[in-house]
Amino acid sequence: MSMTVAGVLFIVSLLAALAVAYRYFGDYMYRVVVGARHSLAERGIYKILRVNPEGEQSWKAYAGSLLAFSAISLLFLYALLRLQHVLWPNPNFPGVTDHVAWNTAVSFVANTNWQAYSGESTMTHLSQMAGLAVQNFVSASVGVAVAVALVRGFARRKSGTLGNFWVDLTRITLRIMLPVAVVATVALVIGGVVQNFSGGHDVTTLTGGTQTITGGPVASQEVIKELGTNGGGFMNANSAHPFENPTPWTNWIQLFLILLIPVSMPRVFGRMVGQNRQGYAILAVMGILAIASIGLTNVFEIAGNGTVPHAIGAAMEGKEIRFGVSDSASFGAITTLTSTGAVNSFHDSYTSLGGMMPMINMMLGEVAPGGVGAGLYGMLVLAVITVFVAGLMVGRTPEYLGKKIGAREIKFASIYFLITPATVLTGVAAAMATKNHTTMLNVGPHGFSEVLYAFTSAANNNGSAFAGITVNTGWWDTALGFAMLLGRFLPIIMVLGLAGSLAAQQPVPESKGTLPTHRPLFVGMLVGVTVVLVALTFLPALALGPLAEGL
Amino acid sequence: MTATTTSGAQRRIGGGLLDPKQLWKSLPAALAKLDPRTLWRNPVMFIVEVGAVFTTVLAIGDPTLFAWLITIWLWLTVLSANLAEAVAEGRGKAQAASLRAAKRDTMAIRLTEWTPGQDQSRYRDEVVAAADLRLGDIVVVAAGEVIPGDGDVVEGIASVDESAITGESAPVIRESGGDRSAVTGGTKVLSDRIVVKITQKPGESFIDRMIALVEGASRQKTPNEIALNILLAALTIIFLLSVVTLQPMAIFAKAFQGAAPDTAAINGDGISGIVLVSLLVCLIPTTIGALLSAIGIAGMDRLVQRNVLAMSGRAVEAAGDVNTLLLDKTGTITLGNRQASEFLPVEGVTPETLADAAQLSSLADETPEGRSIVVLAKQDYGLRAREEGLMPNAQFVPFSAETRMSGVDLTDRRIRKGAASAVMKWVRENGGHPTEQVGDTVDAIAGSGGTPLVVAEHIEGEPARALGVVHLKDVVKAGMRERFDEMRRMGIRTVMITGDNPRTAKAIADEAGVDDFLAEAKPEDKMALIKKEQEGGRLVAMTGDGTNDAPALAQADVGVAMNTGTSAAKEAGNMVDLDSDPTKLIEIVEIGKQLLITRGALTTFSIANDIAKYFAIIPAMFAGIYPSLDALNIMRLSSPESAILSAVIFNALIIIVLIPLALRGVRYRPSSASKLLTRNLWIYGLGGIIVPFIGIKIIDLIIQGIF
Repeated sequence: MSMTVAGVLFIVSLLAALAVAYRYFGDYMYRVVVGARHSLAERGIYKILRVNPEGEQSWKAYAGSLLAFSAISLLFLYALLRLQHVLWPNPNFPGVTDHVAWNTAVSFVANTNWQAYSGESTMTHLSQMAGLAVQNFVSASVGVAVAVALVRGFARRKSGTLGNFWVDLTRITLRIMLPVAVVATVALVIGGVVQNFSGGHDVTTLTGGTQTITGGPVASQEVIKELGTNGGGFMNANSAHPFENPTPWTNWIQLFLILLIPVSMPRVFGRMVGQNRQGYAILAVMGILAIASIGLTNVFEIAGNGTVPHAIGAAMEGKEIRFGVSDSASFGAITTLTSTGAVNSFHDSYTSLGGMMPMINMMLGEVAPGGVGAGLYGMLVLAVITVFVAGLMVGRTPEYLGKKIGAREIKFASIYFLITPATVLTGVAAAMATKNHTTMLNVGPHGFSEVLYAFTSAANNNGSAFAGITVNTGWWDTALGFAMLLGRFLPIIMVLGLAGSLAAQQPVPESKGTLPTHRPLFVGMLVGVTVVLVALTFLPALALGPLAEGL
Repeated sequence: MTATTTSGAQRRIGGGLLDPKQLWKSLPAALAKLDPRTLWRNPVMFIVEVGAVFTTVLAIGDPTLFAWLITIWLWLTVLSANLAEAVAEGRGKAQAASLRAAKRDTMAIRLTEWTPGQDQSRYRDEVVAAADLRLGDIVVVAAGEVIPGDGDVVEGIASVDESAITGESAPVIRESGGDRSAVTGGTKVLSDRIVVKITQKPGESFIDRMIALVEGASRQKTPNEIALNILLAALTIIFLLSVVTLQPMAIFAKAFQGAAPDTAAINGDGISGIVLVSLLVCLIPTTIGALLSAIGIAGMDRLVQRNVLAMSGRAVEAAGDVNTLLLDKTGTITLGNRQASEFLPVEGVTPETLADAAQLSSLADETPEGRSIVVLAKQDYGLRAREEGLMPNAQFVPFSAETRMSGVDLTDRRIRKGAASAVMKWVRENGGHPTEQVGDTVDAIAGSGGTPLVVAEHIEGEPARALGVVHLKDVVKAGMRERFDEMRRMGIRTVMITGDNPRTAKAIADEAGVDDFLAEAKPEDKMALIKKEQEGGRLVAMTGDGTNDAPALAQADVGVAMNTGTSAAKEAGNMVDLDSDPTKLIEIVEIGKQLLITRGALTTFSIANDIAKYFAIIPAMFAGIYPSLDALNIMRLSSPESAILSAVIFNALIIIVLIPLALRGVRYRPSSASKLLTRNLWIYGLGGIIVPFIGIKIIDLIIQGIF
C-alpha cells in the first residue's frame, strides 16, 4: 500500500467507527448521566462520601464541590509524589523535586498531563497507578460532569439546580471510564503493549552498550491516557515509544479512544435537550474544523517544505518509521484538537507550518472535538457568543435552545473566552521578558514557537510538548503550573455560572423568528466565529513564530 | 417628520436622511464629549482616547510626520464617535425645543371644595401657577385656555387642540367618564369648559417625560446593549493583551535578527509606541463602539418620528422580541363598524325592490350601519337617497333595544328592518308567513360571521311579507392580510380580541388572516390570555385605551396606550401612541427588530474588518525583521508607514461613513430568521471582510507619496 492509500484507509475506518460510537456510545452516556438508579457500588461510595445522591446542587454548590474535590486531589497527588521514595513499591527512585511535583500534580488534576519529567525514570509504579492513573480517570470525569451540567442548564426550565457533582463524577468514572478502559486494555495488550510490574531489565545492546528496558503497567495507563484525553505517557517518549504504541493498529486504537468520548458528547447534548439535530450541528462544526485541520497538517507535512525533507523525500525527522508521515501528522492533529497531550512524533521537528497546526488546534480552545467534556462545553460557549451576534442580526434578543443570551450569560461566556488567550499571551510575554526563554533549544522564530507552544499547551490543558525546550526549571514548572491551573478551573467556574443562569430561565418557544441553530448556515457561522476570533487573538504571535519561519 | 404609508409592501421603516450640515452643527457637542469623564462610559472609545493622548505625548517628544499624522487621525477617530452620538442627540433636541414651547408658564384656576355636579355659580376658585398644582387638584379650563397639567376630565366636554404634542392640527374631543377623558398639560381647550382632576406630580408631566425622552437625557442602556457592551469590552481586553504582550516577543525577534535595519515601526527597543497604539485602535471594535449609542438614540427617535413615545428603551427592544400580538378587532383589524355588503331578496322580490325598501327604512337611521345601507343602495342600484322632506307623511320609527327594529311608516305602507327574530315576529303579527328561505338566508349570513338584517313591508290590506335580508358585515381594513402574513413570516402570532360571538369572530379572523381569536372577550379574559402566553415564555404586545385595559397593558411586555385613552391606560402602558392608531403596533415591532439588527450587523462588520487590518499592519511591523512575512502584504501597500496610516485612516473614516446607516437603521424586510441572517451575513459579514481591503488600498494609493 502506498503511503497515501494507507493514510486514507486509516482515516476512513476511524471515521466509520466513530460514527457508530456517536450513535450508540452517545446514547449509552446519555442514559448514564440522566438515569435515576444507583448501583450498589455507587451507593457505597455515596455513603462513604456522606453524599445524598438525590440532593441537587445549585451552580455555586456544584462548582464548590468540584473545586474542593480538585483541591484535595492536588494536595494528595503532590504529597504522594514528594513521598514516593518512602512508599512501596519503589524501584529505587527518589522523591520528586518540589517544582516538578507541583507542576505534575496540577497537570494531572487539571487533565493537562504536561510532563516535566520522564515517566520511566522518575515515577514509581505506585505514583503512576495510585497517583497519576487515578487522576487520569477522575480529572476526565470532572470534564464530562461540567459539560453535562452545562447541558442541563440548557435542558432545564426554571430550575435552580444543575445536578449533583458527586453523583456525576462517580457515575461517569464507574460506568463510562472504567468499563471502556478495561476492554481497551485487553485490546492494547493483544496489540503488543506492555503490561507488567517489571522494575526494568538491563540488557546489552548489539553495539555492546547497556540499556535498561523498562516495563510496567503500561497498557492500562495507556488506555486511560487516551480515553480521558489526558496524554501523560508512561514513558517519556509517549506514544512514540514501542512499548506504548507498537504498531499502526495500536495507533488506530489509541486515536479511537481519544476521540470516543469527545465525539459522542454532542449526542449526549442532543439527547438531553431533546433535539438530536442540535447535537449533529455541534458535531458538524467539530468535524469541519477537525477535518480541515487534519487535512492541512497532512498537506504541510507531506509537501515537506524544508531543506532536509526535500533531501530525503519526506518530512520524516522526528517521526517513527512504523507510522509514517501521514499517521504521525494525523495523530499530531487529533491529539491537539482534543486535549490529549500524547504524541507519537515530535512536533518540534514538523515543518514550520505543519508545526503551527497543532498550536492553532489548541488555540481554537480545543473544541474540535476537544477534551472529554471540555470540548463540548468550549464549543457551546463559542456557540453562545455566535448566537449572540447572529441573534441580534435577526432582530431578536438572542436565544440558544430557547434560553436568552443576555448580559449575565455574555459575561460568563466572555470571561471564559478571555482566560486562555490571556494566560497564553501573558505567559509567553513573561518568558520573553524575564529571559527564561533561553532554555529553548532553537533560536529565532523556531525557538519562539517552542515557548509559544509550551504556554498554549499548558493553558489549554493539552499537555503535549513541542519538545526542544527544557521546561523542568523552577520558573517553567511554576509558570506552566499556574497556566494549567488557571486554564482549567477558571473556565469551569464560568461554564457552571453560565449553566446556572441558563437553567433558571423559562425557555422561549421556537418560532419562525427564532434563529435556527441546527442548519448549515449556523454551523458555518460557528466555524467562522471560532476561526476568526482565534486568528485575531493569536495572529501577531504566530507571525513571529511559525509564520515567519514557514512563509 | 417622515411620511409613512401604511399599506402594502411599499411601507418600510425609513428614517431621516443625514444632512451634512447636521455634522457641522453637532461639532461643538462632539468636542465637549471628549471629556474623559463622560467618555469612560464607552470603554472602547475611552481606550482610543487614552491611546491618542499617549501618541500625542510621543509625537511631541519625537515629532515626525508619521507620528503626527497617526496622532491626528486617532483624535479624529474619537471625534467621529462623538459626532455620531451628537448628531443622534441633536435630532431629538429640535423636537424637545418645540415641546418646551408648549410648556409655557400657564396659570391655573384651582377649584376648592369642588363636588361632582356642582353648579358653576357656586365654584370657589383661586389662581395658582401651573407648576404649583398637586396630584388630585381640581382645575377648571375654559375655551382658549391652556390645560395646566395632565389629568382626567371629571366634568364637561370640550374640543382640545393637541397639536403641541401630536403635531396633528385637527382638534379632538375630550369628555368626562368613558375612555376619552385624559387631557395633557400644554394642550389648548378650543371650545366649551371642562373640569379636570390633575393626575401628575409636579415636574413629572407627560410633556416633561417627552422632553427627557427625545433629548436622550433619561436614556438608560437597554438589556441587549448592556450585553453587547460586555462582549465589546471583552474583545477590547483580548486585543489589549495581544498588543501589549507583543512587545517582548518583538524585542526577542529583533534581537535575533540583529542585522535587520531599524524601521519606523520597530527598532532594538521594540515596536514604537505609535505603531502599537495604531495596531490596538485598529483591532478593538471601534466601529460598533463608536456607533452603539447613536444606534440606540436613533431607534428611539424613529419611534418619536412615528408619534410613538416609548417610556424606556427596554420596551423598544422587547417589541422586537414579541411573540404574540393581541389586536382589538374594531378599529385595528376592521373599520370601525359593520357595513351593508349585499341585498338578498326572497323569491318573487327583485333586488331593486328590496334595496328600495331597505333604503327607505334607513333614511333617518344615522348609525353607520344605516348609512352604509343607503350608500350600498345607491352604489349597486343607482337609488338616490330621498330627502326626508320629500316624504311629508313619512313617520320614522327609531331603533329601540326593546323592539330591535327601526323603520318608516308611509301613508299606506309600513317598512321595518332589524334583527331577524324581531322582524319575523312583526310579519306574523301582521298576518304574514315568512318563507323558510328567509330563515335559511339569515342562518347562512350569521354562519359566515355577518349580521343579517331582515327587511319586511306591510301594505295596507295585505298580509305583511319579508322582502329579504341585508347582509351587514365587518369590513377588514385593506392590506391587513398581507401584514399578518408578514408577521407570520417573522414568527409572530396574531390574536384578534373581540366581543363578538365565536362564529362571527372566526369568520372575521379567517378573512383577516389572523392566527387566532378570542371571542366574547371581557377584560379579564384578555388578562388571562396574556398571562397564559407569558407562562409559556412568550412576549406579548397589545394596545389599549380604556381604564379596564390598564391591568392588561401593565401586564403585557409591550403595552401601547392610545393617546385618546384614559390616564390610567397611559400610565399602565410602556408606550403611548400620540396618533392613537392601533395598527402602529406592527410598526413598533419592526422598529424594535431593526434596532437589534443594526447593532448585530455593525458588530459583525466591525469584527470582520480586523482581518484586513492585520494584513496591513503585521507585515508593516515585522517584514523588516522577517522578510518572508511580506507575503502577508497581499494589498501590496507601498510602505510600512503608509500601510499603518491607511489602516488608521480607514478605521476613522468608516465611522463617519456609517453614521447615516446607524441613524437610519439597516434595511429591514419582515422575513424568517434564516433569511434575515443569510442576507445580513453576506452584506455585513462578507462585506466587512472585503470593504477594508479595498478601502485601505485606496487610501494607501492616495497617501503613498507622503512617505
